Amino acid sequence: MSATSSTILNLPDQRTATLPKRHYLNNEDGLLSWLFTGDHKRIAILYLISITIFFFIGGAFAGLIRLELLTPQPDLVASDTYNKLFSMHGIIMVFLFLVPSVPATLGNFLMPIMLGTKDLAFPKINLLSWYLYWVGGLFIMAALVLGGVDTGWTFTTPLSTHYLNTHVVTAALGIFIAGFSSIFTGLNFIVTIHRMRAPGMTWFRMPLFVWSHYAASILMVLGTPVLAITLVLVALERTIGIGVFDPTKGGDPLLFQHLFWFYSHPAVYIMILPGMGVISEVVSTFARKRVFGYTAVAFSSVAIALFGFFVWAHHMFIMGVSNYSALVFSLLTMLVAVPSAIKIFNWAFTLQKGSITFETPMLYAFGFMGLFTIGGMTGVFLGALGMDIHLTETYFIVAHFHFVMVGGMLMAFLSGVHFWWPKMTGRMYPESLSKLAAVTTFIGFNLTFLPQFVLGYLGMPRRYHAYPPEFQVLNVLSTAGATVLGVGYVLPLLYLAWSLKYGPIAGNNPWQATGLEWQIQSPPLTENFIEIPVMDHEAYDYEWLAKKMEQEVTTVG
Amino acid sequence: MHISQVLWQFLIKWLTNSALFPREASTIAPYADALYFFLLTITVIGLVLVGTLIFGFSIRYRKEKHPVAEQIEGSTLLEATWTIIPLCLFLITFVWGAILYFRIYTPPANAMNIYVVGKQWMWKAEHPGGQHEINALHVPTGRPIQLTMISQDVFHSFSIPDFRVKREVIPGRYSTVWFQATTPGTYHIFCTQYCGTNHSAMIGEVTVMNPEDYQKWTQESTSGMSLAQNGERLFASMGCNACHNGSATARGPNLAGVYGSKLTLTNGSQALVDDAYLRDAILNPSEHITSGYAPIMPTYQGQISEDGLIDLVEFIKTLQSNYRVQETLTTADSNQQAPTTPGAVKP
Ligand code: HEM
Ligand SMILES: [Cu+2]
Repeated sequence: MSATSSTILNLPDQRTATLPKRHYLNNEDGLLSWLFTGDHKRIAILYLISITIFFFIGGAFAGLIRLELLTPQPDLVASDTYNKLFSMHGIIMVFLFLVPSVPATLGNFLMPIMLGTKDLAFPKINLLSWYLYWVGGLFIMAALVLGGVDTGWTFTTPLSTHYLNTHVVTAALGIFIAGFSSIFTGLNFIVTIHRMRAPGMTWFRMPLFVWSHYAASILMVLGTPVLAITLVLVALERTIGIGVFDPTKGGDPLLFQHLFWFYSHPAVYIMILPGMGVISEVVSTFARKRVFGYTAVAFSSVAIALFGFFVWAHHMFIMGVSNYSALVFSLLTMLVAVPSAIKIFNWAFTLQKGSITFETPMLYAFGFMGLFTIGGMTGVFLGALGMDIHLTETYFIVAHFHFVMVGGMLMAFLSGVHFWWPKMTGRMYPESLSKLAAVTTFIGFNLTFLPQFVLGYLGMPRRYHAYPPEFQVLNVLSTAGATVLGVGYVLPLLYLAWSLKYGPIAGNNPWQATGLEWQIQSPPLTENFIEIPVMDHEAYDYEWLAKKMEQEVTTVG
Repeated sequence: MHISQVLWQFLIKWLTNSALFPREASTIAPYADALYFFLLTITVIGLVLVGTLIFGFSIRYRKEKHPVAEQIEGSTLLEATWTIIPLCLFLITFVWGAILYFRIYTPPANAMNIYVVGKQWMWKAEHPGGQHEINALHVPTGRPIQLTMISQDVFHSFSIPDFRVKREVIPGRYSTVWFQATTPGTYHIFCTQYCGTNHSAMIGEVTVMNPEDYQKWTQESTSGMSLAQNGERLFASMGCNACHNGSATARGPNLAGVYGSKLTLTNGSQALVDDAYLRDAILNPSEHITSGYAPIMPTYQGQISEDGLIDLVEFIKTLQSNYRVQETLTTADSNQQAPTTPGAVKP
């Protein structure tokens, strides 16, 4: 594809361009100015660095897991080490990467700017939430360094409470604390959206990114406390033996499953909804079109969030829930799949009659749409009661949630990072390299996880350290794919770091996008706007943008 | 045979040989696979549709071809279409999946019962005739088999992929699953619920035999004592017969014929006596006082293993008259071995 003709990249003249003199990054100097900052943008950057660190730690564990599974024999690590590896991989990826990923980084950075305000409602609580994240993270790291934990990220009782000698309480405490950081972020978003919108910013002029964060925040605020309670109960059961989950004391081990999934099912929507918000922004920008059916997309986010609370028992179809409750939960699961389907088609039809270019964020967004479709449809397999019996607890599950979480969420995250990078840093990254990374990730991803669907239908159980030899071919494919995928993830790390110093100056609005964030300087001022803007048009109003750009040209000229 | 069935057989054969597909070794498997292929089809259609839309629009409306975008608000008709069609497909899936679920989890009345105890890290199967096996299970073809399962420690999950059945094995409660094997051979049994260090080593093998071979196997591997007989011994040695001796003045209720009956408890509620009830009545007697009796039975929590409980339950199941209890009473006193239990079925 000829970059010159297809690109809308609107960079300033590189011979004369410079970064603005004053912006949030150089406004104050010194480490302390970062550690005590109340600026939502700086906190976003702190989060971005933090989750990247944890992502690569978790990724290293994934690499070891896949390496072990290269052969059917248990040859690389011992079984308890393997169990610790996948437990740590899961715990880190879910609680320290996926849950905070988009909301705490891009959400933190953009939400106030998109709403036309100077900061979030509670800047100090925002900073506190970052500290809580790290305290939680350090507890989890402590559990790792002290000898690890082998509960899996699901902490199933009575295994976790009575049969393991590892650092379960430390890890649980870490997740408990990190959970509060997520509750605070959610609260901050909800209050900001309700109270601090700029004049003229009505609910239906908000970008879909904001809507999706609104929905996710509801889940964070309502769901996370249940997780916290569950973990406290696990810790109490382990330390003083209160017996709520212990059948010999009249407790019920299934109660744990109910409580855990009551949070953890909505949690997958905490993880995916913000990603969907990113996709709406990106697809609209590079198709240069209003998002098709804006209202439907906005409401489907909220619908997913609310329905998401009523499907938790679909994780328990084989666990002896009554047949009739299984029926109800299966039906509700099918219903919650519909809004996701709606969104995919809305994004696809946003392209219709557009004027489409294929910049890196758009490539990642296309990747998202393909992978999320597979992830979503395989969820329907699992929602179908009789099918779930055969598929659950096998590699089909592993493939399904990686398609949604990694194929969906991580693609969306990378799409968003590439999309807003010029805004956050004022600089562009090398274009052909970033496109290469997007394509590598997509290919590597499919090679890694498509074979796992087949493995799952063949019956290979998840969390197996050694497996019958007939499963080897598919496992080798999967490990090969993971290697490619690894390259796809390391590339952006390298060229984005490079671009911080050497990247071309991006200018205010390199993509010619409509969002308020693109109408201010890059990188933005600490207070975002010199004057609070008045929102006099809808989100994604490209006619408004064209007019504005014309005016700018005439005033300059 | 209908042509579609021939094609189906052909497809299955081909897939099975290409190792992309598990063997179909139970009566349920073809039903599960039919739903699987339906779901696979709609997934592929959905994916092709989304792919075509994205690629089609991308080519047709790329910037060079279509420099100025036309703004479109949306379209209620289109939105309704892609709400209603997926909804209908998902509802069909729901109904189909539910029918399959009820089929897999509703055992036929004539099923032969085998007990399975899961523990870290092994499967122990107990046949009514007293055959015990570890990480192995022998079953005949052509006969529905019900597994009554319980875990002695943590959650495990019993899975036979080639039969397309799986069920969680839970501490403290019985769960059941049933199947009818169709093809002699050996198939994997997996534990699919993560259960600690040696989870991946908790693998077993189910051997499906034709009925004659199976008959031979049961005769060769019997230990001489059926589960009910073991239970009978326990009944005596734990002192159960001191109260449950079937006499008019006994301090505990008569157990003859109690299995399958409905009891009225002191709190007025009715309880159906099944395996789970009996197990719980032994472990937590104070919660199940039969009306007319005093709450004097001690708990046996921690004194009887899950295997022992199974034996006791099997014994109580076989009690049709008080004759056995009386016998047990005398043998227990005189320390003789109990004679063979009449009515205790061998498989
Ligand atoms: C190169 C990329 C990755 C590979 C090869 C990989 C591989 C795996 C494998 C093999 C398992 C299953 C372990 C088992 O069941 O035995 C697993 C579990 C998991 N992975 Fe990944 N993974 C990758 C990336 C990610 C990412 C990026 C995330 C999240 C952002 C993630 C989240 C999870 C979670 C939540 C689990 C569940 C852990 C559990 O079973 O307790 N993975 N991964
Ligand atoms: Cu197990």
